Amino acid sequence: MALSHDEVLAGLAEIVNEETGIDTDSVKMEKSFTNDLDIDSISMMTIVVNAEEKFSVKIPDEEVKNLLTVGDAVNFITSAQG
Amino acid sequence: MTHAKLNQFEAVKYSRIYALGATRGDLVVTNDDVAGPIDSSDEWIRQRTGIITRRRASADQSLMDMAVDAANQAITKAGIAPSEIGAVIFGTITHPHQTPSAATLLAELIGANPAPAFDISAACAGYCYGIAQADALVRAGVAKYVLVVGGEKMSDFIDPTDRSISFLLGDGAGAAIIGPSDEPGISPTVWGSDGSHWSSVSMTSSLLEFRDGTEPWPTFRQDGQTVFRWAVWEMAKVAQKALDVAGIKAEDLSALVTHQANIRIIDEMVKQLKLPESVAVARDIINTGNTSAASIPLAMDQLLKDGTVKSAGLALQIGFGAGLAFAAQVVVLP
Repeated sequence: MALSHDEVLAGLAEIVNEETGIDTDSVKMEKSFTNDLDIDSISMMTIVVNAEEKFSVKIPDEEVKNLLTVGDAVNFITSAQG
Repeated sequence: MTHAKLNQFEAVKYSRIYALGATRGDLVVTNDDVAGPIDSSDEWIRQRTGIITRRRASADQSLMDMAVDAANQAITKAGIAPSEIGAVIFGTITHPHQTPSAATLLAELIGANPAPAFDISAACAGYCYGIAQADALVRAGVAKYVLVVGGEKMSDFIDPTDRSISFLLGDGAGAAIIGPSDEPGISPTVWGSDGSHWSSVSMTSSLLEFRDGTEPWPTFRQDGQTVFRWAVWEMAKVAQKALDVAGIKAEDLSALVTHQANIRIIDEMVKQLKLPESVAVARDIINTGNTSAASIPLAMDQLLKDGTVKSAGLALQIGFGAGLAFAAQVVVLP
């Protein structure tokens, strides 16, 4: 069964926390990965691959550059779950 | 009518690496030296790549100078005569002549003339491609000893303002002598390519565009995120397969020697492979930078020199890069 936005956000926050040590409470929909959370491109790719595994979705390389905010990622994952 | 019976090469059962040689660029280039044109800092480069210094060759030190030096070290340590070398294989992408090959001149300069000699263009996988071919030549009985060199003068093809790869790159040459063995010394190679990512690590332009004046001197560039994903998660599968076909487990290894592309690729691959702490992990990139085809023999030689690993231990070596091309094998340390 597809997960809700809130469930995807919670799961994504855990992945971000594991990769960067950032507190899960700081991972909010409106936060920018680079500007607010200071996540670099390599950490971003690690987060993407872990998210693919956790949520059983495909996030193509060309899509990653469109995922500017946590909300972008949550929305993409939620709709990709189909 | 009866046919005369042909002779064919007679196979030998096993091969191994007899000795290594290693030569780095004569200049120590710090992060501060390269940070300015990319608007960066020592801290930023260390954090994202692990590099503290990279070795580069001065104008007086050519690719061939480094290759000859590394090859001579390996030949001396192997205790063979250069005239016994039955093939010279040179993995490089920075030999500045389309033809003739670097390998034929190298063979001449080290006293291996008239050995067959040829270059391999497999970028950062070039050394492991060379080991695969040397292993096959030795076991097929085609050559008794084969010299494999991975050597690059990357600094001839960098753009100081490029933020994708140039600041990572270093210069050097690593060499290995491969010959017959009583025991297995080189596992089956797991290798391949993925040309669907042909442009992921590449040059900014072709030589024809440079000739026509439509593009500047070609330099290296890469799609960092795409390459990172491939280098960690796809290459971890290749590395695991290499262990499987070698018939060993990660805990049997003395060392993991990956292509020294970026410390974060290395660290993430260690995680993916679930390597036990007993396995030494080569991190020569910290002091040498990314030297493409040279990085694996340089890193392995360093582990042996500083006593981190001992001769006769097992090392998984895996090269991966432009092409995309990759090759992995488990070797007995010389």
